[in-house]
Amino acid sequence: MNAPSMPSRLALVGNPNCGKTALFNQLTGSRQKVANYAGVTVERKEGRMRGPSGREYAVLDLPGAYSLQPASLDEAITRDLCRGFYPGEAAPDALVCVIDATNLRLHLRFALEVRELGKPMIVALNMVDAARRRGIAIDVAALERALGVPVVETVAVRRHGASELVARIDAMMPQLAAMPLHAAQLAGDHHAQVRDILADAVRMPTRTAKVDDALDRWLLHPVFGLMSLALVMFLIFQAVYAWATPLMDGIEAGFAWLGAAVAAVLPQGPLSSLLVDGIIAGTGSVVVFLPQILILFFFILALEESGYLPRAAFLLDRMMAAAGLSGRSFIPLLSSFACAVPGIMSTRSIQDPRDRLATILVAPLMTCSARLPVYALLIGAFIPQKTVWGVFNQQGLVLFALYAAGILSALAMSWTMKKFRRDKGEHPLLLELPSYRLPHARDLAVGLYERGMIFLKRVGGIILALTILLWFLLSFPAAPADATMPAIDYSFAGRIGHALALFFAPLGFNWQICIALIPGLAAREVAVASLATVYALSAANDDAAAQALTPLISHGWSLATALSLLVWYIYAPMCISTLATIKRETNSWKQMAFAAFYLFAAAYLASLVTYQVAVALGAG
Amino acid sequence: MTLSDLPLHTAAQVEDVQDLHANDAIARRLRELGFVAGEDVRVVACGPLGGEPLLVQVGFTRFALRRTEAARVRIRKEAA
Repeated sequence: MNAPSMPSRLALVGNPNCGKTALFNQLTGSRQKVANYAGVTVERKEGRMRGPSGREYAVLDLPGAYSLQPASLDEAITRDLCRGFYPGEAAPDALVCVIDATNLRLHLRFALEVRELGKPMIVALNMVDAARRRGIAIDVAALERALGVPVVETVAVRRHGASELVARIDAMMPQLAAMPLHAAQLAGDHHAQVRDILADAVRMPTRTAKVDDALDRWLLHPVFGLMSLALVMFLIFQAVYAWATPLMDGIEAGFAWLGAAVAAVLPQGPLSSLLVDGIIAGTGSVVVFLPQILILFFFILALEESGYLPRAAFLLDRMMAAAGLSGRSFIPLLSSFACAVPGIMSTRSIQDPRDRLATILVAPLMTCSARLPVYALLIGAFIPQKTVWGVFNQQGLVLFALYAAGILSALAMSWTMKKFRRDKGEHPLLLELPSYRLPHARDLAVGLYERGMIFLKRVGGIILALTILLWFLLSFPAAPADATMPAIDYSFAGRIGHALALFFAPLGFNWQICIALIPGLAAREVAVASLATVYALSAANDDAAAQALTPLISHGWSLATALSLLVWYIYAPMCISTLATIKRETNSWKQMAFAAFYLFAAAYLASLVTYQVAVALGAG
Repeated sequence: MTLSDLPLHTAAQVEDVQDLHANDAIARRLRELGFVAGEDVRVVACGPLGGEPLLVQVGFTRFALRRTEAARVRIRKEAA
């Protein structure tokens, strides 16, 4: 066998919702590589496939496109790659055009457009099982004659559902040169051609599926639709918020145990400290995000595959568009209440880059669960537990106000960005609501695996590096032998905190708060434990730390300071994991710097106003 | 009349898609998606707030369109 050293290159093209990715998973199995196209955030998926002859193929899953006249970056990449113009990418040897057998009116038009590129091409007539169930009869031989290229039936979600396609490709590749090509065809009216082909080769009882009609009647109903949407959202939120907690606790406990075990073996010193407090704790702080990310993406992938996600976007579009976002922004923002990291990662389901960026930038304003310990400490210490207006608990009201302030700030921010951005053009919704279908376990598993690896590889590295840097700042230089203050006071972080105290004085922050803000960079909830450290309290765990701190700060801090710090945490720009995720997802240091700057500025200004007003009202 | 004025569940046929300005990418995309002369269209649902967006059945496919987008599509109601 003298297989060529370079495998033949195939590219999968097709309309969105044609089942292309499921077919790609079927063809390549787990032999996939996910990356981005050079310089942009569009995902590039490549896999390997072996034909019956033993020949190897490199298969590229191109972004879904409605047309080769691109309306988005994704479509431009698909066009350039198909033509072999994309810089840094070899031209594909043959195109596999995937069309949905239940949606031929739309998908055949694109197949005709692709055919005019004059490249060797084979058509995969996908989802023939669904078409048969709906009574759609397709004469494949007639279709083949009309298109002038091979047409093969596939069922991407069934085992061996693509084996005929693989065999056909394998048989076709050696004789590519002999294939009839359709270059220089008159660019006639594709729609008229599609109608002719349909009249000739396809018989169908109805234009739509009865299931879709029935489901849409309920799920898009102004009242029942919104109610079922609320139910779905509640389930997702509950899952990300509550189901992930035991797993996260387990991961934290596991890494704490590992750290303790290593510390027990190694002699005390900088090396042990680096391993335990730097590397092990840092790795733990990366891995701990995985449960939330995987649970959230499980729901998003399942909803996307089932066809419900575009329907949710349909229901919410008006509301979100008023704030300068899109219907698809809702789930990422909702999950940001649990944690902004999975929330920002899930903005990948927003196709429009402008809407996606706006969503990423406001996601950190949603009150994430890591802020709760700080809120709980301050509210418990400063807000008297009493009933107001007969029914409301005052502490609960303050907590509600903090959440509401975050949401309102996000709306204000996205509205402001809408006013000031340079691109004021009309960005259409033009959203296809595909047929409902059952999500397929393998496609969910592949999708989840990819998300997990993307997080660990691309975001994990930054978080780990920054955590180790933070460890260095907190640990060096070590406290002198005759130290009277806590060790943190002598470290670089302590000195920075003291220096920052001057800058934060107008906000009412004392130097203890300023120091605690620095380790709080790693994770917001760490700020509570750090405060305890700064006040030289020895506490076994976070709860004990909060309890011991409460009397100290309620006597030591003024109400104005406490309110100011609460307001600071609404914006809380100091979460390096969030910033690292923004950097990775936007592929831009500039956007990350902008997010950090605007959050910081908003936090500073809002806290400044809060403190000064509170002092003026006598709470100082 | 235009698609944005079509009452719910009323059968109609597309006449054409108008460009709002020269080289209107949205109009071109609408034509590519199947809004071409003679094609059957029907508004099958509209969003819960302010009747936005519209859910339009064209060909075998359903698209959600905002009203500004649907206003580009000129239609003719089917004779009753």
